[in-house]
Amino acid sequence: MIIVYSVATLGILGLIYGLGLAYASRKFHVEVDPKIEKITEILPQANCGACGYPGCSAYAEAIVNNGVDINKCAPGGSAVLGQISKIMGVEATATERKVALIHCQSGGSNNTFFRYKYEGIPTCKAAVQLSNGPNLCNYGCVFQNDCLEACNFDAIHLDENGMRIIDKEKCTSCGACVKACPRDLIELVPVKKRVHVLCSSQDKGAVARPACGNKTACIGCGLCVKKCPVDAITLNNNLAVINYEKCINCGQCADVCPTAAIFDPLKEVRAKKKAEAKAKAEAAKKKVEAAKQKAAEDKE
Amino acid sequence: MGLKTFPGGVHPHDSKEFSKDAAIEDLPIPKKVVIPLSQHIGAPAKPLVKVGDEVKTGQKIAEPGGFVSIPMHASISGKITKIADFPHPTGITSLAIEITGDGKDDWIELYEEDNFLELTADEIKNRISEAGICGMGGAGFPTLVKISPPTEKPIDTVILNGVECEPFLTADYRLMLEKADEIIWGLKLLMKTVDAQNGIIGIEANKPDVIKKMKELTATEQNIRVVGLKLKYPQGAEKQLIYAATKRKVPNKGGLPMDVNVVVQNVGTAFAVYEAVRYKKPLVERIVTVSGSIVKVPKNLKTRIGTKFEELLEFCNGTTEDIGKVISGGPMMGFAIPNLEAPVAKGSSGLLLFNKKQAHRQKENTCIRCGSCVDVCPMNLVPSLIAKNVRYEDWEMTEKYGVMDCIKCGSCAYVCPSNIKLIQWIDIGKMKISEKNRS
Repeated sequence: MIIVYSVATLGILGLIYGLGLAYASRKFHVEVDPKIEKITEILPQANCGACGYPGCSAYAEAIVNNGVDINKCAPGGSAVLGQISKIMGVEATATERKVALIHCQSGGSNNTFFRYKYEGIPTCKAAVQLSNGPNLCNYGCVFQNDCLEACNFDAIHLDENGMRIIDKEKCTSCGACVKACPRDLIELVPVKKRVHVLCSSQDKGAVARPACGNKTACIGCGLCVKKCPVDAITLNNNLAVINYEKCINCGQCADVCPTAAIFDPLKEVRAKKKAEAKAKAEAAKKKVEAAKQKAAEDKE
Repeated sequence: MGLKTFPGGVHPHDSKEFSKDAAIEDLPIPKKVVIPLSQHIGAPAKPLVKVGDEVKTGQKIAEPGGFVSIPMHASISGKITKIADFPHPTGITSLAIEITGDGKDDWIELYEEDNFLELTADEIKNRISEAGICGMGGAGFPTLVKISPPTEKPIDTVILNGVECEPFLTADYRLMLEKADEIIWGLKLLMKTVDAQNGIIGIEANKPDVIKKMKELTATEQNIRVVGLKLKYPQGAEKQLIYAATKRKVPNKGGLPMDVNVVVQNVGTAFAVYEAVRYKKPLVERIVTVSGSIVKVPKNLKTRIGTKFEELLEFCNGTTEDIGKVISGGPMMGFAIPNLEAPVAKGSSGLLLFNKKQAHRQKENTCIRCGSCVDVCPMNLVPSLIAKNVRYEDWEMTEKYGVMDCIKCGSCAYVCPSNIKLIQWIDIGKMKISEKNRS
């Protein structure tokens, strides 16, 4: 008997609450644009904040409700952009893809010169506080991995010398590492640009060069500024800075740089080509001379 | 008589035996001095001289850069050779004036006031301001600012801080032993400037000879008391000293001693005030303890401001082992510095050297929630939780747990069985929150 009663009571209670809920869901129904849900699903769900909104769903809401530009999701790239543009019916051109770049090639923790051994807490924020950081260069990387920890996409690695290397394929230019670096060494640069100044030292050459583990500090000589055909390089506080909007990837600055602070992956290729061309020209010249000599000898 | 103290605190071995019995010695006048323009809390001083100028000892070479600032004086006579960035005793580099001495130590004209205790408060303040005196215990807060409270906060008590709770340091101890009369005169002058009725000299129990001497000298004074304090760190922190000596509690969240009608001054400052008022002598020298486990002959040296640390060490016959760590100031709150090129500043109370083994720090382990740090925190904070919130960058909670009340005494890190560098985490939190509050 007791079973019947309890089942009946619970059944009636369930029915009452069910009806109540059904009524409430009708009465207090909130219109949600189905587009928001769809767009949220398309977004990469990294919640990295690169778009300037707190998380992917907030950005989706902003697109649908406030008509915000749809090209702000850097990690999503052009694939996500295409899908959103289909849903929204808006045309938008993809912004140029950017990647993070570390403006320091100190030679890594194995090669850099240290003024003292840092044994404090393992964060760059603390290391730079103590006597301007443990390494001799006052502007370079202090090797405590704040950028590695900030990266949500596993795009920053250490190489065998302890240098931080950014994986261009994995980098989504969300900018988390840029914010994490207390020395402002990381910048988002257009992926198409090839030539970079890999130094942030504002010290004069005599101080900067011996302090750099790689001996590749920018010494502020200004040769690159003079050489640049499009005036894209300026010298600020003994440091060359490339304006990527003007840069045409010619690499002439890297060719003239006396310390290899300006890096161009094609520099060696170009140098090799140049050397080959020179060798060829010389060989041709020799041939001609030899021929002339022979002709002269024959005459005799 | 029961000794007074405060709740919390730790008991590091005081290690004063190294330099305790070494009477103050004069360091030979250095050939070159480097005088940082920022030796105090507040705006850096502005240089009044240029490269090539000839200066006399005691001549003013920089003027205050604002209200909370002090002037700087040449500590040797000679020629200004450089105004550039030099190493600073806190480890950073900062703008400083280099003077190359002529070896004559040619002083500006000094003066002698016989009835210096009869001077008006304004005249005393004026002379203190001209002499460029800042707190000589370590932090270096300009003395003039401390003794110029707003009218709604009258001061009734001046406390002289002779606690010297940092291990190893004996500079204040030697000064109190050798210049006791002058320090008491300095206290009287300070009391006059703020119109205080009471003067208290707080001394830690590990200096019984000084307590006895001071008591004898002040036996006839109605309004000056000598208070013996329990041997505990940080007994010499301002708020802890005030509580121990007067049972008054300085309010948290940015409260100042003047809120409870008290001014605290270091005994070294009192001595400098006496010299400034009686002889119009600017602050160009101070007592520095050179000590540590590897110093051959630990000493207390009367040193000109701006003398490089390496000269101090040389005078103490160098070290017995390779140097592992150099600390400017005391071992608990001083600054670890990368080399001996930094100069003595107005707040440098000591130069400590340790070997490589002592310098090595243990690896951090996880917090085991033992609560030791909570027990010892003299400010009643929860250091482990503040450090945790800083680690995960939760600045709101960091602030809520009272990070700004931390006095950075380091007691929590000293007792932590997991070797967590609590004070370093908390320091980052303090920096971030004050950055946030400023913007």
